[in-house]
Amino acid sequence: MGGQVFRTVVSVSVTILGLLALTFFIGRLLPLDPVLAILGDDASQEAYDRMVVKLGLDKPLWEQFVTYVWNSLQFDFGTSLTSGRPVAEDILRVFPATLELATVAMILGTGLGIPLGVVAAANRDTWIDQVVRVVSLIGYSAPIFWLGLLGLTVFYAALGWVGPPGRIDIVFQYDLEVRTGLYLVDSAMAGRWDIFADVFSRIVLPASILAYGAMAYISRMTRSFMLEQLSQEYIIAAQAKGASRQSVIWRHAFPNIAVQLVTVVALSYAFLLEGAVLTETVFAWPGFGRYLTTALLRADMNAVLGCTMIVGLIFITLNLLSDVFYRVFDPRTR
Amino acid sequence: MTDTPATPARQSLRDWLQAPTASSPRQARAQAFWRGWQRLIANRAALAGLIVLVLLVAMAVIGPYLTPYSPLQQDLTARLQPPSAQHWLGTDDLGRDILTRILYGARITLMMALLVAAIAGPIGLAVGATAGYLGGWFDIVAMRLVDVFLSFPSLILALAFVAALGPGIENAVIAISLSAWPPIARLARAEALTVRKSDYIAAARLQGASSMRLILKHVMPICLPSVVVRVTLNMAGIILTAAGLGFLGLGAQPPSPEWGAMLASGRQFMLTSWWLAATPGAAIMLVSLAFNLLGDGLRDVLDPRND
Amino acid sequence: MTDPLLDVRNLRVAYPSAHGYSDALRGISFTLGREKLGIVGESGSGKSTAGRAIMRLLPPKARVSADALRLSDVDLLTASEAQMRDIRGGRVAMILQDPRYALNPLKTVGAQIMESYRIHTRAGRAEARDRTLAMLEDVHIRDPRRVVDLYPHELSGGMGQRVMIAMMLIASPELVIADEPTSALDVTVRGQILEILNERVEAQGAGLILISHDLPLVSDFCDRVLVMYGGQVMEELAARDLSQATHPYTVSLHASLPPLDHAVDELIVPEYDPSWLTEIRK
Repeated sequence: MGGQVFRTVVSVSVTILGLLALTFFIGRLLPLDPVLAILGDDASQEAYDRMVVKLGLDKPLWEQFVTYVWNSLQFDFGTSLTSGRPVAEDILRVFPATLELATVAMILGTGLGIPLGVVAAANRDTWIDQVVRVVSLIGYSAPIFWLGLLGLTVFYAALGWVGPPGRIDIVFQYDLEVRTGLYLVDSAMAGRWDIFADVFSRIVLPASILAYGAMAYISRMTRSFMLEQLSQEYIIAAQAKGASRQSVIWRHAFPNIAVQLVTVVALSYAFLLEGAVLTETVFAWPGFGRYLTTALLRADMNAVLGCTMIVGLIFITLNLLSDVFYRVFDPRTR
Repeated sequence: MTDTPATPARQSLRDWLQAPTASSPRQARAQAFWRGWQRLIANRAALAGLIVLVLLVAMAVIGPYLTPYSPLQQDLTARLQPPSAQHWLGTDDLGRDILTRILYGARITLMMALLVAAIAGPIGLAVGATAGYLGGWFDIVAMRLVDVFLSFPSLILALAFVAALGPGIENAVIAISLSAWPPIARLARAEALTVRKSDYIAAARLQGASSMRLILKHVMPICLPSVVVRVTLNMAGIILTAAGLGFLGLGAQPPSPEWGAMLASGRQFMLTSWWLAATPGAAIMLVSLAFNLLGDGLRDVLDPRND
Repeated sequence: MTDPLLDVRNLRVAYPSAHGYSDALRGISFTLGREKLGIVGESGSGKSTAGRAIMRLLPPKARVSADALRLSDVDLLTASEAQMRDIRGGRVAMILQDPRYALNPLKTVGAQIMESYRIHTRAGRAEARDRTLAMLEDVHIRDPRRVVDLYPHELSGGMGQRVMIAMMLIASPELVIADEPTSALDVTVRGQILEILNERVEAQGAGLILISHDLPLVSDFCDRVLVMYGGQVMEELAARDLSQATHPYTVSLHASLPPLDHAVDELIVPEYDPSWLTEIRK
């Protein structure tokens, strides 16, 4: 067990170091001159040289890398060229918007995806299975930004069922006391149900569209895990004992896939970050994805690399957590 | 095959493929391929995917010759026209025929997907096969690198590369390829590990074949089929990523008729002229759906456990 | 003999295949009282299919038909799924081959046996637990209080199979179908497991169908033997008469066994007569 922990720690550290090396490398690929990007094209030679020293670009590459690693480990990703503030501060500010969106999406995606996958597996090769399969294939194949645009056109513009793009009405913007940064939670805590209703009407559509992709992935994985379990001998044994079909599916087979499912859910949570980049652009959602997109379009490299690194770290953390979960909850690995 | 009896060619080919026992390795391979093909086209979904893709390729190749319009020529007198007999899918804000642009866009999309496959496939195959065969330090370093690449969702990594390289279609292809090779390398490595210990590799080594030669002539061919399937399966993801980059303004740039870029510029007319954004999106979905269906079918054919 | 416990007449099972349906069972018939019946045959002869068909546990795509398939008063062909659930485990039990796969890896031994009991009785938790402990003792598990809380992967093969017997027999079924109950086990514990099975079956006065490929084992253990090949019954005879079997298939199966009393250079490989595969018309 101790050896296992040590190995995991080493492996994660190496991956994080690799992550830093990769982002460092991407940063040096930049055809733009970072000095000119800050100072503008008509900077004097003196100012240019001063900036080179200030950015540490005169030092040898390995020294720059060590500095970079040292700073990054303290979440110092430098200053954003667009906002003029430290990148870490910016990310912290925009992150709750994305976290809220992704969490609502995750609840919807998991809540629908798992039962659909189980039902599809239990009714293998029937029309139910086919419907689930088609629904999830479309979720896999449809570009998420297109679904977002169609959704806005139909459900907001034509039917008026959901709120407009944006996270909160400008009227409420300065009215809401922000504590957690999750507006649904904040407005509920403040007892401002009018704000809650507004926030809810706006989050429903982007969250559903993100959830669709997650649901497609989760239901598909659930189905294949379930099929594997349902073909096991212990399922025959449970049936031979007289257990009902519901009990065989939910009490015998399902617990055996729960541990695997946690990994899938953790992974799809991380993939929601990817979806968020495109969805937030469509829904004018002031979150992490839009921050990254804006930084990309302005070649704000510090911000881009900071965001990339954060996504990588989230990914690694979620993987690690699901691994820990696996070890703790599966009696076979105890 | 000089000793084949002189029967009509079609008849003999079919018989040759369906003969109960194969008389040569080549016939055995051809028969295996033939049976796989039969099973693939017996799978209705996979067949549908295949047909759509064949039609798409045909459209991309000949489509532009069939349309009287240019994908770039503006006609401001015919702006934002809804679908009609003249313009089957309507016109955009600069009066260009959308169907024409979709047809030209198919070329761009297919070209990007093929280029990514042509770059990422061989890189992944070479790295994976070498790592799996050699083992040792090369393996450890290569697989660590793969792990690092895999700790990002592919779009995020592609975005970071594009940011560094600058927007544009060539850079988008490079960026997507850089994010697409690692899973292929991991797969190829797994395949290489299984053949590494086999007797015929040992025999070839005893005959004095170099590692380089062994990897190229013996290990890589074994890994190839699964790599091809994997690349097909990944094709849908590649197309979605390419379209996503185009949509964000980091891939193909206007006025290019790339589907993602078309969608981005049609976006502001969504409420008044829905066809500007709806059609390129539908095209993206159709193609990625077709690849997913085909990939599913291929996996079913090649993985006997799914029977 | 009074009314038979189980009456099987012309049972047929077919699976869909590339060319229409292919037969797994082609009309087998037998009756069973409170006795021990052995079904022997090589793999693919359909013997396991027969066991599962009686419990209606074949995959849904299997096509099952019979002139009669009755468990004393119940018609198993037309019984509702709810009736079948009462029968499975309650009146007919099945011992599977390998406890490593046939026990749910995530549930403790106790939970699995208790579940079995509680499906068929209205017992509460405490009562079910007591019965489970008693049952574990009945299958000669030395420290039931410890074993109850173990997970299947913590059991040896022999222990696992005892747990299996306890789990399947706790609701006192009238008929036990044991499908190769010892072939996954270590040779040294096979005898013990059969003895325990025998003891329990006799104590509860149940009928037993022992499905096996092991001819001597079946002839030692059972009263009567059905010899199957190609989805049909080749021969039915009393176990003690097995050495006087008349059907050429049984004879050749018998001859293929290594004799214990003298050395042979080469074992005899059974030869098959294609005519055994043609359907016997009655």
